[in-house]
Amino acid sequence: MSDPFKGIEPMVYQSKINVPYSWWAGDTASKFYITLRDEKIILGTKCETCNKVFLPPRKVCPSCFTENREWVTLADEGTVLSFTVARRRFAAIPNNKKVPVIWGLIKLDGADTAMLHYLDEIKPENVTIGMRVKAVFSEVRQGTIRDISHFKPVQ
Amino acid sequence: MSKRVAIVGTGQTFHKSHRPDVNGQEIINEAVMRALEDADLKIKEIDAIVIGNMDHFEGINYVDCWSVDGSGGMMKPIIKLTTGGTTGCTVAIGGYHLVGSGMFDRVMIIGWEKNSESDTTGAITTAFDPVWDRLVFAGAISGLAAEAQAYMARYGATDRDGARVSVRDRKHATHNPHAHLRKEVSLEDVLASPMLADPIHLLDVCPRSDGACAVIMASEDVAEKICPKPDWIWATATRHSYSYLGDADYGRLTSMREGSQELWKKTGIKEPRKELDVIELYQPYSFGGLIWIEDMGIVGPGEAPQYIWDGNTDMGGELPINPSGGVIATNPIGATGLIRCAEAAMQVMGKAEGRQVPDVNFAFSSGFGGCWWTDMILHGRKKPE
Ligand SMILES: [Zn+2]
Repeated sequence: MSDPFKGIEPMVYQSKINVPYSWWAGDTASKFYITLRDEKIILGTKCETCNKVFLPPRKVCPSCFTENREWVTLADEGTVLSFTVARRRFAAIPNNKKVPVIWGLIKLDGADTAMLHYLDEIKPENVTIGMRVKAVFSEVRQGTIRDISHFKPVQ
Repeated sequence: MSKRVAIVGTGQTFHKSHRPDVNGQEIINEAVMRALEDADLKIKEIDAIVIGNMDHFEGINYVDCWSVDGSGGMMKPIIKLTTGGTTGCTVAIGGYHLVGSGMFDRVMIIGWEKNSESDTTGAITTAFDPVWDRLVFAGAISGLAAEAQAYMARYGATDRDGARVSVRDRKHATHNPHAHLRKEVSLEDVLASPMLADPIHLLDVCPRSDGACAVIMASEDVAEKICPKPDWIWATATRHSYSYLGDADYGRLTSMREGSQELWKKTGIKEPRKELDVIELYQPYSFGGLIWIEDMGIVGPGEAPQYIWDGNTDMGGELPINPSGGVIATNPIGATGLIRCAEAAMQVMGKAEGRQVPDVNFAFSSGFGGCWWTDMILHGRKKPE
């Protein structure tokens, strides 16, 4: 077989796309994050038409298409709906987390939608679907979803 | 087309330089709610959704999925179309195809942008060829400036002629409560504003805006039940011509010439200057308002400056252009082309309030993209035959 690339010098161009972003959270998400940062309270919004409670809080109920005017304080405890364990280090894992890292889909008491967050203070082999967990708030809070450090088992 | 198609409702936000009070989904929702209200429809009555914005502008890839909270796309057929600056007109043409095919009776069409969330030039650069053009590309304005220079050299036009177009659009914008910039300027103001790329001054070009627009299209089977006097789509045309920066005929917009010729042929229009009643032109800079109406065949090559100086395109003139204030006053890019479509529809439906042109029979709206692309729509009061 002849080498199809014989005598060819392929030119390859390395580049990077640099687009800085600043996303406005909007009034609804801002209220959630400010309350989380300043009061360690987790808020949801409630649809007055179908009574569904949303976390993350939505301004409009996507099913009823009416504005969610009511705010609800959610418990800092909830139930694990599903989970997974990362045993290899990869880019999405924050620097201050060591593998194995456990992600859980957690439905807080009072909410109708689950949130994705970290489970910690528990060995991966002890995590079960249906187990009860509680939010641990970060010492330094900056108004992001990681103002909740992780969820730990309810003792 | 197996079904005739009409616009039965429109909605848009009050466009601003930035909207910190809402995220992308929420700004989309404002336009969608207003369009539903205008058509007196419920979201349940919408059969499908077409949505579009600029790639990379908000850094969200699957806008069609991500936006369902705002668009009403929950458990509905939804598709994203994006074609750069022409996106707003492309989503309208895509909606027209969906309804015209007979497969959907009522389609919600959405264009939106939060220009304030990213670096426009950084994002636009990604539209250009990485091996050939990107390393020597200097942003959107430089290409427009090269077009203006070539036109001026060919026909003896001046920067005063360009400035006159900007004065017109900015004056018109004062009558549009939705416009982002609503301040009248003088010729001297335009010419004294900072030079960005010769011959383009700051006041010759569009701003960056946050905003959204929604348009509802319906098939002939239901349109007149929803809206007694809808805006009928007579024809559309699309020309995307560019591969490399140097391919274009600088000083002429070939895509506009070929697209509009198709439009006039499809609809039997012989003299667009006499038969059109109003134009909403996607004109991001003043000189485009000279060059491109020549390519449309409104006037002959080199004749636009005199035609515009004579007041023909002002409100009350023979053929008003951009009663809304156009792109120079408002530019949430992914929405911009759809705002042209919505404004043209409002003119036909008699809903344009303080910027209404009397007795509109035919209106023209267009989209433009930085790579010399053009798409366009002919709107009419009568149902097409
Ligand atoms: Zn609901």
